[in-house]
Amino acid sequence: MKKENYTISVYTENNIGLLNRLSAIFLKRHINLDSMTASQSEIKDVFRFTIVIKVTEEQVKKIVGQIEKQIEVIKAFYHRDEETIYQETALFKIDSKLLFEERQIQNVIKNSNSNIVTVTPEFFVIEKTGRRREVDALYHKLEPYGLMQFVRSGRIAVTKDKMHISKILENFAEETV
Amino acid sequence: METQTQTLKKETKVATEKMTGAEAVIRCLLAEGVDLIYGYPGGAIMPVYDELYKYQDRLHHVLTRHEQGATHAAQGYARASGKVGVAIATSGPGATNFVTGIADAQIDSTPMVCITGQVGSHLLGSDAFQETDIIGISTPITKWNHQVTKSEDIPAVIAKAFYIARSGRPGPVLIDITKDAQFGELDFAYSKCKGVRSYKPVPETDPKSLEEAAKLIGKAKKPMIVFGQGVILGEAEAELKNFIEKSGIPAAWTILGLSALPTAHPLNVGMVGMHGNYGPNKLTNECDVLLAIGMRFDDRVTGNLETYAKQAKIIHFEIDPAEINKNVTADIAVMGDVKNTLAQILPLIQPNSYDSWLQEFKDYDTIEYDKVIKEELYPSKESLSMGEVIRGINEETKGDAVIVSDVGQHQMIACRYAEFTKSKSNVTSGGLGTMGFALPAAIGAKMGAPEREVVAIIGDGGYQMTIQELGTIFQTGVPVKIVVLNNDFLGMVRQWQQLFFDKRYASTEMVNPDFVKIAEGYHIQAKKVTKREDLQDAIKEMIACKEAYFLEVCVEKENNVFPMIPSGASVSDIRLE
Repeated sequence: MKKENYTISVYTENNIGLLNRLSAIFLKRHINLDSMTASQSEIKDVFRFTIVIKVTEEQVKKIVGQIEKQIEVIKAFYHRDEETIYQETALFKIDSKLLFEERQIQNVIKNSNSNIVTVTPEFFVIEKTGRRREVDALYHKLEPYGLMQFVRSGRIAVTKDKMHISKILENFAEETV
Repeated sequence: METQTQTLKKETKVATEKMTGAEAVIRCLLAEGVDLIYGYPGGAIMPVYDELYKYQDRLHHVLTRHEQGATHAAQGYARASGKVGVAIATSGPGATNFVTGIADAQIDSTPMVCITGQVGSHLLGSDAFQETDIIGISTPITKWNHQVTKSEDIPAVIAKAFYIARSGRPGPVLIDITKDAQFGELDFAYSKCKGVRSYKPVPETDPKSLEEAAKLIGKAKKPMIVFGQGVILGEAEAELKNFIEKSGIPAAWTILGLSALPTAHPLNVGMVGMHGNYGPNKLTNECDVLLAIGMRFDDRVTGNLETYAKQAKIIHFEIDPAEINKNVTADIAVMGDVKNTLAQILPLIQPNSYDSWLQEFKDYDTIEYDKVIKEELYPSKESLSMGEVIRGINEETKGDAVIVSDVGQHQMIACRYAEFTKSKSNVTSGGLGTMGFALPAAIGAKMGAPEREVVAIIGDGGYQMTIQELGTIFQTGVPVKIVVLNNDFLGMVRQWQQLFFDKRYASTEMVNPDFVKIAEGYHIQAKKVTKREDLQDAIKEMIACKEAYFLEVCVEKENNVFPMIPSGASVSDIRLE
């Protein structure tokens, strides 16, 4: 079976230690994470992890099974790239002198659909949001000029399908009343 | 953001009582029906021990000689009684000594609540004396764990711990309580946990899966059942028996399923797996429908997955959704508690019998008997065999005893040859294979089932891993019977060295102490047997003894356990020699 990128979305309670519990599932199987982000979800008190891994579908199914088995995981889903809308954000910190000494860099920035976040006499910071290859393309264009710092976030993604978390939570509320 | 603990707290009753966190721990345990716990005191758990002193008339504490012993004793207690075992220890080394027992309970789905003390919350992360990150350490080996830093969280967290440990597929839970949370005061009120919103212990059963399974069973010509511990954990022994008897399907068991069906049942065809019986292993690769009931297709059961039951349709009765298609793909998954699903499928199937198919099992039995079993149970050699010791115990206990076995050759021999009439009678470390398990587990098993005879079968290697628990036996006077089958070798490893490493016996020979003297040092009645003519009388004396008894039997040094599926081979390539 072919390895593909899968985005795993995990809806959880907001408890200390859950991050460790989730990462242990990958560690135990010797699977490297491409990225992992944690944030609040669309539901009050419910957290959401977005994890990207490159594995076979059989592997991702088993991993999602193990994730859902964790007590504080409400529900987990996996999706292929084409089933999600996903983005990453990168920050580039560049020496301000380059803006004047290397005129070409201004064109690179202009054509990259990025934003200038801040400018100081010493450095300026630009922010680029997009798919990995767009961020990478900008990186390769700026890198020859010298980057003072570069950082890229993990993937965040929403799915094209609905994920019925609220319904699961409502059902639980009804069952326990 | 509101945590679950806070949500749970809202549900607790209004009538409260002021007390310390430490006292609340005891009151929570009492409210959960706990009257016996195993543990070892130390700095960070002292406030709880102080309360134990006050409540000693209601909550009995057994002081083991090592924290690992406390976890295994709690496991033995849980396995023999069906209740949740409880173990308690201090922070740091106390907590880390729990690790092996917790991992064992996790892989064998044993309900256990472990409570550890922790340094004061202001010291967390400061590398304080006896501080260790037991939450981090125990995360991959617990069903759930939680650190409590506030006294008022104790009741809701302990309620949740018991609920999670015993519900669904059971498992170990660890609660780590900082010392300040033990000292601090709270308004105590206890209400049992009724549910956790992110946790569904028992999946819903799709009625269609039952119908499809029944249809498949109806068409089968050579069906076979393999049942596991799920039957015992779900207390579904009667449902299993009814199902087997109505369907007429031959039933084999995994090592942890042992004792769920009486040994003498005509449809009991023996054990599957690496050292299981010849017939069920061979016929796994000939059956047309394989019904897996409350078992998880461990690699020691399946051998090479590429050649495991490929010809068969698989029906998997299972409570844990993550087990479906994990190792073996199920054609039909019947989700749910087997106590319910087996009862529900019963009216959907027709009474049947498979005489010629059953005869195939019997024919293999005859081959196995002639090649292996006869010599093991009635050796022609002068030296004693492990099998004849088990046979001797069978004769004295009539299959009514709880047999607690350790790990290795003696374990396989005990599980192959011990006879059982009752469920919850086989306590062994199946998944983790923890040497040193049996002696403390036997203490727990006897306390969990005091009316029953408990016999621990242990090798000379494993015995010395937790031999200090003889102190616990002496102090509590718990009348367990200890049989050490001594071959002066780490026998199973030696067997592998003989078969697969050209007899290079690296570090498997043991120079052993005088085990009788050691037992006598703990004032435990003890005897050593080296000759066949003394064996049965010694076993008789041991079983008749009202107190703890230690029996060492010196057995043949270089016997091997057969049949055997070599590691990585197919189940049908099982070897008889």
